[in-house]
Amino acid sequence: MTVATATYVGTSVPRKEDRRLITGTGTYTDDVVVTGMVHAQFVRSPHAHARIIRIDTAAAKRAPGVVAVLTGAEAAGTGTLPLFVKVPGIKQSKHFPLAADKARYAGDAVAVVVAESRAAAKAAAALVDVAYEPLPAVVDAEQALAEGAPVVHEEFGTNLAWTYPFKAGDIDKAFGEADVVVRQRIVNQRLIPNAIEPRSVVAKVDGGDLTLWSTTQIPHFVQLFVAINLGVPQNRVRVIAPEVGGGFGSKLNVYAEELVVPFLAKMIGRPVKWTEERREGYLATTHGRDMVHEAEIAAKRDGTVLGLRVRTVANMGGYLQAFAPVSATILHVFIIPGAYRLPAFDCEVRGAYTNTTPIDAYRGAGRPEAALLIERMMDRLADEIGMDPAELRRRNFVPADAFPYTTVSTLVYDSGNYEPALDRALELADYSGFAARRDEAKRRGRLRGIGLASYVEICGLAPSKANAALGVGWGGYESARIRVNPLGTVQVWTGTSPHGQGHETSWSQIVADQLGLRPDDVQVLHGDTLESPGMGVGTFGSRSLAVGGIAVHKATQRVREKVIQLAAHLLEASVDDIVFEGGKLFVKGVPERSKAFAEVVFQLYLAANLPDGMEPGLEAIVYHDPENFTYPFGTHVCEVEIDPEVGAVEIVRYSAVDDCGVQINPMIVEGQLHGGIAQAIGQALFEVAVYDANGQLLSGSMMDYHVPTAADVPTFDLGHTVTPSPVNPLGVKGIGEAGTIGATPTVVNAVVDALSPLGVKHLDMPLTAERIWRAVQQAGR
Amino acid sequence: MERRISIAVNGDAQALEVEPSLLLVELLRETLRLTGTHVGCDTSQCGSCTVLLDGRAVKSCTVLAVQADGAQVTTIEGLAADGQLHPVQRAFHEQHGLQCGFCTPGLILTTVDFLAREPDPSEKEIRRAIKGNLCRCTGYQNIVRAIDAAATQARGGARQAEVRQ
Repeated sequence: MTVATATYVGTSVPRKEDRRLITGTGTYTDDVVVTGMVHAQFVRSPHAHARIIRIDTAAAKRAPGVVAVLTGAEAAGTGTLPLFVKVPGIKQSKHFPLAADKARYAGDAVAVVVAESRAAAKAAAALVDVAYEPLPAVVDAEQALAEGAPVVHEEFGTNLAWTYPFKAGDIDKAFGEADVVVRQRIVNQRLIPNAIEPRSVVAKVDGGDLTLWSTTQIPHFVQLFVAINLGVPQNRVRVIAPEVGGGFGSKLNVYAEELVVPFLAKMIGRPVKWTEERREGYLATTHGRDMVHEAEIAAKRDGTVLGLRVRTVANMGGYLQAFAPVSATILHVFIIPGAYRLPAFDCEVRGAYTNTTPIDAYRGAGRPEAALLIERMMDRLADEIGMDPAELRRRNFVPADAFPYTTVSTLVYDSGNYEPALDRALELADYSGFAARRDEAKRRGRLRGIGLASYVEICGLAPSKANAALGVGWGGYESARIRVNPLGTVQVWTGTSPHGQGHETSWSQIVADQLGLRPDDVQVLHGDTLESPGMGVGTFGSRSLAVGGIAVHKATQRVREKVIQLAAHLLEASVDDIVFEGGKLFVKGVPERSKAFAEVVFQLYLAANLPDGMEPGLEAIVYHDPENFTYPFGTHVCEVEIDPEVGAVEIVRYSAVDDCGVQINPMIVEGQLHGGIAQAIGQALFEVAVYDANGQLLSGSMMDYHVPTAADVPTFDLGHTVTPSPVNPLGVKGIGEAGTIGATPTVVNAVVDALSPLGVKHLDMPLTAERIWRAVQQAGR
Repeated sequence: MERRISIAVNGDAQALEVEPSLLLVELLRETLRLTGTHVGCDTSQCGSCTVLLDGRAVKSCTVLAVQADGAQVTTIEGLAADGQLHPVQRAFHEQHGLQCGFCTPGLILTTVDFLAREPDPSEKEIRRAIKGNLCRCTGYQNIVRAIDAAATQARGGARQAEVRQ
C-alpha cells in the first residue's frame, strides 16, 4: 500500500472560514435569536468582599417587562462550578454560580433578572436591593498569605489554596559549588484577556431538549456539566459553539452564566439570552497570570548553570475556576528549565485566594511565566559574569544529539535542535551589527537595546495517563469522525473547537492529501455536540493539531485503508499492490485500469460486491490519545529604542525563529505567531489589571486597559526551522502560544538592555513610559 | 415618543419608527437583523461596530439611530456587489487578515473609508488609520498587508511612491 503524498499539507491554502466572516454572514452567539426569547441581566456585587445580609427583589419583580428574578438562595438547582484539576492538598472552595452567603470579588454575581428586553432587564436589575455587610478585602496574593489577612473562604481558615513543591537534583551542592549566585524578584502582572467578542449564552428548552449556544472553547465540557448540574439527560443536551470571536483561555471554562441561563430557560419555559457587556466582562470573565517569583540561579564563572531555586506565589482570585491551578503548576513548574541542561531544580508554588476576579488560563497559561522567569535569570546571569546573552544560552542548551531528552523536571522532550534556531534568529536580527546601531542611537540621545529569549514550550496536551498522574480529572485525547458520503464527498467532525485558528482549512488539508481530494471537497464541522463524536476535549494549550489533527489523520487513514482493500478486491489484486494516487486507485504498473475514489466509495454503499467480512459504508470515529507531549522551541530577538526624556519604548526591529515541527499551513502558522507576539508586547509594555486596596478594579474598561493597537506593534520578521516531532505521524507540535511565550521575555530583555548603561538590572512589566521614566530619573540621581 | 426616520441601509431605503435612545448599532443588529456589525465594547474603543455613514466610517455604538436620519448606511452585508467581493474583502482573505473574524467587518469598513481618502498610504499611515479598531488575534501584520495590497490593486497594481520617483 502506498503512502499518501503531501499535496496540500505544507502549503498556504487560503482559509475556508473567511467567506462568511468577511461578508458578515457568520453567526456568533449574540447573533442567535429564538422566537419568544427573553434577556438576562446579572446583579453583581460592587464590593470585593461582603456578606450578603438580605436581597429584596420585590421592586425588580414589579418592574415593566420583568419575567423572573432569581437570587443565589433560590438557585441551588444550578449546582456548583467544576474544577478540573486537583493538585495534592488542594482546598477547593464551593463555587456557586450565584453567591448566596458572601461576595468574594467585585463582580461576583448574586442575582439575575430576566425581562422581555435587554433594556428592561438592565433597568430592573438596578432595582434589586441587596443589603451587604462589607468586609475587609485582600487583593495581593503575598498579603493574602500573611498573618492576619482577611480570609476569603472562612471554612479553610487560610487563603492558602494549595502548595506545589518540586525538587530534583542536589540543589545544595549546586549552590555550594557555584561561583556566582544571582537573585531576582520577578512580578508577572495580572492581565485581562480581551477576546474581542464578549461572552454570550443562549438557552432554549423544547420539550425535554435543551439547546445551548455559547462562546466557548470547550462545548463538550459545557454539555457534560449542564447535564450533570441541571439533571438533564446528556443525550437531550445539545451545546453549540458557533463562530467564536477569540478566546485565549478566557472561554475555557464552565462559567456561572452557562449554568444559570439554561436553568432560567427551564424554569420559565422560554428561551433566554445573556450577553456580557465589556465592563461586566472585565469583572466576570477570568483574568490571567498574576504571579510573583523569587528566583535564584547558581552558575560557574564560565556560564555553566548549576541550579535554580524558585519560590512563587500565584494569585487564584476569589474562587478556583476550571483549570486555575494548572497555569501555576503543571504547565509552569515542569517547563521552567526551558532549553537548558539544569542539574538541580528546587521549586515551590503556592496558590492564594484573594478578593479578585478568578484567574485562569490566558494564552500560554504558565509557560510565558516560566519563559519570562528563566530567560530573565539567564540575562541577569549573563550581565553578572559579563558574557554575551546569546553565548550563555548556547553554552547551556540541551545539545541536538541528546533527544529524546529527560529534563531535571522529568519531562521527556520529544525532539529539538536549539542552536540553528538561535543562529538563524541572530542572523535575521543582524545581532552582530547591533553595537554600531547602539552607538548611532546614542548620538541621537536615544538608548538602544537588544534582547533575546530562547524558549521551549510544552504542547500536545495531553497523554491521558500523564493527566491522571498530574491530578487532571479528564483524559487528554481528542476525537474525530469522518463520513465519506456515497457520492465521495467528505464530512469531518472534530472534537476541537476553533475560535480563529482555521481548523476547517488545516484539517481539510490533512484529509485531502490522504484521500486524493481537494480541501474544498472536505467539509469540516465543529463546535456542535449533536453530530460530533461523544466527547471532544476542545481547543486550548496549542493542543488542537498535535492531538485533534492527528485524530483526523487517523480517522482518514481508516477510511483510506478500507477503500484500498475494496479496490484490491475489485481489481483482483493484493492490497500491497494497490496505488492510490491523484484520486484514483490502480494496480502498480497498470494505471490505465483504474477506479476513481468516488466509484469505490459508491461500491461500499451499494454493497453488492464486497469481500467477505467487509461492512458496507465508509465512516470512522477515532479517539487519539497522544503518547507524549510535544515541545516546540525557538529564539526571538527584539531591538528597542527609548527616549530617556519621556520613557517611551519603540520596538524598532523584531525577529523570531520558531520551530513547531512540520507545518500544515505556513500562512496560519505565521498568523498565530503574529498574534501571539502582539499579545506578548501588550503584556511587556502596556497591559495591567489594577485593583485598589479595597478590591475595586481600576482598569475597568477598554478606556483604562491598553490593548495594543496597530500603531503599537511593529512588523515582525519571521523565520522557521523544522524539527519534526517523533511522537505523532504528521511530525507536528503546535504553534498557538509560541509567540506569547517567546516574545514576553524578549521584549523585557531588550528594554533592560537599553537601560543597562544606567545601571538598571531589572524592571517589572508593564514597561510603560512612566515606569521607564522613573527608572531613568532614579538612575540619574 | 418614537421618532420617524428615513434611512437607506445597503441601498435599501426605509422609513422606521425608532426610540430616540436607540443606537444605530441596535437598529442594525436588532431591528434590521444585520448581525455582521458586532459589538465588542461599551466605550467606543474596539471599533467592531464600525459602519459607513454617508461613506465615512463611524462607530455605530456611538451614533443614535435618529442621527442617521436621511443618511446612507453601508454595513458589511452591503459591501459585496452582485456576489463579487469588494477588493478590500478579497485582500483580507488573500492576505490572511482575519482569524476569529469578530473585528473584521469593522476593520474592512474602516479600510474602505480610509483608502477612499488616502489611496497611497505608507505602512505608518495604515497603522495609524486603523488604531481605532482592536484586533486580538492577528497582531495586525496581515491586516496591514491586506490594506496595502488593496490599495496597490486599486491603483492598478503600481506603487505611486515608486512611480513618482
